[in-house]
Amino acid sequence: MGVIKIKRVGIPRALLYYYYYPLWHEFFTRLGCEVVLSPETNKAILDQGIKNSLSEACLPVKVYFGHAAYLAGRVDYLFVPRLSRVEAKAYICPKFMGIPDMLRARINKLPPLIDTTVDAGKEGNSVQCWVDCLRDAGNRLAADRKLVEDALDAALEAQQFFWKRLNSGMILTEAIKGTAIPETPVDSSSKPLRIGLIGHPYNIYDPYISMNLIKKLHQLGAVVVTPESLEADEIEEEASKLPKRLFWALGKRMIGSAFRFFSSQKLDGVIYLTSFGCGPEALVEELVARMAKQQNMPLMMLTIDEHTGEAGINTRLEAFTEMIVWRLKYADHIPPYGESVHCR
Amino acid sequence: MRITYPHMGNLYIVVRALLLSLGLDVVLPPPTSRRTVELGVRHSPEFACFPFKLNLGNYLEAQESGADTILMAGGVGPCRFGYYAQVQQQILSDLGVDMEMVVLEPPDVSFQEIKDKIRYLVGGLSWWQIFKAVRFAWCKARAVDIVEERLLHLRPRVEDPLLLEKLYRDALQEIDHAGDRKTVQRVVVNYQKKTGKLKKRSVKPLRIGLVGEIFTILEPFANYEMEKRLGLLGVEVNRSIWLSAWINEHLFGGLLRVKYESAHDKELATPYLNSFVGGHGVETVGCTVGFARRDYDGVIQLAPLTCMPEIVAHSVFPALAKDYDIPLLTFYLDEHSGEAGIQTRLEAFLDLAAARSNKKGEQMSGSVFRN
Repeated sequence: MGVIKIKRVGIPRALLYYYYYPLWHEFFTRLGCEVVLSPETNKAILDQGIKNSLSEACLPVKVYFGHAAYLAGRVDYLFVPRLSRVEAKAYICPKFMGIPDMLRARINKLPPLIDTTVDAGKEGNSVQCWVDCLRDAGNRLAADRKLVEDALDAALEAQQFFWKRLNSGMILTEAIKGTAIPETPVDSSSKPLRIGLIGHPYNIYDPYISMNLIKKLHQLGAVVVTPESLEADEIEEEASKLPKRLFWALGKRMIGSAFRFFSSQKLDGVIYLTSFGCGPEALVEELVARMAKQQNMPLMMLTIDEHTGEAGINTRLEAFTEMIVWRLKYADHIPPYGESVHCR
Repeated sequence: MRITYPHMGNLYIVVRALLLSLGLDVVLPPPTSRRTVELGVRHSPEFACFPFKLNLGNYLEAQESGADTILMAGGVGPCRFGYYAQVQQQILSDLGVDMEMVVLEPPDVSFQEIKDKIRYLVGGLSWWQIFKAVRFAWCKARAVDIVEERLLHLRPRVEDPLLLEKLYRDALQEIDHAGDRKTVQRVVVNYQKKTGKLKKRSVKPLRIGLVGEIFTILEPFANYEMEKRLGLLGVEVNRSIWLSAWINEHLFGGLLRVKYESAHDKELATPYLNSFVGGHGVETVGCTVGFARRDYDGVIQLAPLTCMPEIVAHSVFPALAKDYDIPLLTFYLDEHSGEAGIQTRLEAFLDLAAARSNKKGEQMSGSVFRN
């Protein structure tokens, strides 16, 4: 064996990085590649993204463009899977399906893309589709079939471990790093508010995009519950109460967790974070909002894009949490006007 | 059961023919207007696409005219259209509007289901009668397309486009009223004759292709009468989507042969867009290449604001523009679009397109071809 140059595979820290990074990282590392992860989103990356993408695209896609542009000159390959259906009959969004083509058309000097397809088709399942995608990618990078299969096994194990940590209640950003479980900031003297936070992981867990929303809520004395703490089956069960199956995997996740949050999580309020111009959310959030009204659950919609101001978000968060505290405090009082806003 | 359905361009003629011959009681929503938009927008999610809002406005107006059942199509994604009906139903029921919705999902979801729904609608009609109704509707669909194609071709060429417009309107109305296939054919022949006699100018107009999302292309209200605007500016328009071709492809499984220019352009989308992206994303890219190859002077993409497939298609345009030297313009439209802005962008685009085309000297006189 001569000297082998280690291949550097770039992974943008955006979009589904927040769901599948352990899988990807383990896989490419086991194949003997060096995984290069782009840094956390920052102003420069966002600016690059805005410059390179279409203004009509949603914020997370712009951010993805920024990360890809950042990695472009620094790696030998860029891992940009084409995400069609990540579970049977459920797409994510057309933009995820076209993203390799969009990148190629708009970013100059792009390294070769590893753009193998993830498609569970009509009957596949959510693990097998990734196995197929990665096997395909592995066979392009390494000639050794055995090595690819071993890497696959290890990768799946890493992903399972990650999921287990999430279900144990760990916040995603910690679970993904593989660090120990952090303390949840519970102030034992007062009963903290329990706030459900719904939103796509690439929005809520990217501190730059969400402007540290989770931390902000913690500072306001709230415990944050996210969809990641729910089991996939629970979400599926709730989502199947809809009159027609949703054909967006993430949309289904949002609506399933929202229904569960409303019915059985003993939450004091729910915040729904969406990005401006998100197609599926336009319809999903409408259903969620109507359901919240029926269930008498305080709900705040936060829509973000690259122009969102932090002061505005702060004010709204403070107002929302204060209103909930009032509601809890004066729940037995007769409202001075109209129908009671607090009927518990 | 008094049945209604949303508007999409001249689709109402075809569906009315079908439903009437199935013996159903049809209540058509009034033509889409500013009021429709207002009603629709008031009750729709803010970020839903424009067709969603117009649909909802149509339902509410149809209900005022006495409709109690809505016929709507479904889908399996990833385009939002597939979930329209369920959300619209929820909105209507929260509004206290008592309308039943019959949603025809594509047969690949469940063939039995669609069969049951048709049976529910038509009652004890025989399959032969159903076949005859479909054949009659198809005949009208073809007629409408032929009439429209002629209109697009002649508009920049005749001396009096308003007279042409009138002949076109009359023909549409006669097709709509026709009770049998013979009458429909006669109307078309008459229209061809009459329009053939119109006085023509000797020009070689600019040729522009229209691509994009089906509703926005076919519904003049949603695209702010783009075809008419272009026609009156002296442009010959062709489009990537025709009603009858779409019906043939999606409802008859491509059984019949419909000839139109962009029929096979879809395949040209690779290598620019290598995957199905829902809606008409692939068609948009493919047909743009097609128009470029056929040496059109420009392509205009039409889409509702936030339309996901069209955003993907629009995103890959730079790659396409590298290979084909063709002017491209995209309009994202919704209830906030302003006519003056659209007109100005169009005029500027056409000026540029004409300036780079060899045909220029012949027809350009100032920025507007015809005032």
